[in-house]
Amino acid sequence: MNQIVFLQLVNPFKDKVFRLAKRLLVSTEEAEDASQEILVKLWSKKETLDTYNNVEALAMTMTKNYCLDQLKSKRASNLTLVHSNYTDREPRLDQKVEDNNSLEWVEKIMSQLPEQQQILIQLRDIEQYEFDEIAKIVNMNETAIRVALSRARKKIRESMLNTHQYGIR
Amino acid sequence: MESDRIEIILEKYFQGETTIAEENELKSYFSSSNVAQHLEQYKPVFGYFSQAKEHRLTQEIPLQTKKRNVAWLSIAASAALLLGIGSYFYFNNTNKTPVVAQSDLGTYDNPEEALAATQKALAMVSHNVNTGIESVQYIKEYQQSKNLIFKQNKIQ
Repeated sequence: MNQIVFLQLVNPFKDKVFRLAKRLLVSTEEAEDASQEILVKLWSKKETLDTYNNVEALAMTMTKNYCLDQLKSKRASNLTLVHSNYTDREPRLDQKVEDNNSLEWVEKIMSQLPEQQQILIQLRDIEQYEFDEIAKIVNMNETAIRVALSRARKKIRESMLNTHQYGIR
Repeated sequence: MESDRIEIILEKYFQGETTIAEENELKSYFSSSNVAQHLEQYKPVFGYFSQAKEHRLTQEIPLQTKKRNVAWLSIAASAALLLGIGSYFYFNNTNKTPVVAQSDLGTYDNPEEALAATQKALAMVSHNVNTGIESVQYIKEYQQSKNLIFKQNKIQ
């Protein structure tokens, strides 16, 4: 397998790897490092890659495990991940600011969920994987995934209602 | 009418029972401009899901890893080693071939001829040895004079 073939194989899901890493690690730089790490790992396995029937699921599983390890080691050493993802939002329109603001709220609420639920929301609601694919990635059965997902979605709804009605009630 | 249907799908959504198609329906509904007032609070959630999918990995993938270079290096080293061993045996063989050829240098079929040839060869050897001995004869002179001197020394 040469580089061009490998890149063609990897291209459809490399952004998904990055987004999952960013969901868990928050910092863009950390997420970029993690995705590079995953892709290089895949490249080093390129000889045996043909034996996996779903390389994308393999890559997502590797990403999930790598990021959780990363978080664990950071916590063990009492370091927190610092990030400087300050986007340059130009408040050209009030509406745009407000929209962005509420989108940021969703992100904040999601970051407060347990990691398992974050992963599931990321895989289902953002990347739109089917349940059997998610089951392969996270190594859980579909019922358990549905239950956890339902719990996570309800938690987001609850928090959104609280912020939405803040100041009204 | 439409909001009724959306409410039903939403309920399924929060139970984790929706299909991808239904979720897409929710996404497109909440990204449209005519969202029912009482469903307004879900708008940012689905808006965020759509927006979050737009993040892209912009970095290049560094595929030229160190590991690969090491692999090439070992291949090169083993090739050089093989070449060295190969050429060693090859040149050794070419050196040996004349020796083998000399041992094959015919023989005599007639015993008398063989005797004559052997005697001739032995005569040549003994002649050469004798000339060698002759040229070393004068060493005896040294011995004699040494004996003379040491005898004189003993007398004194």
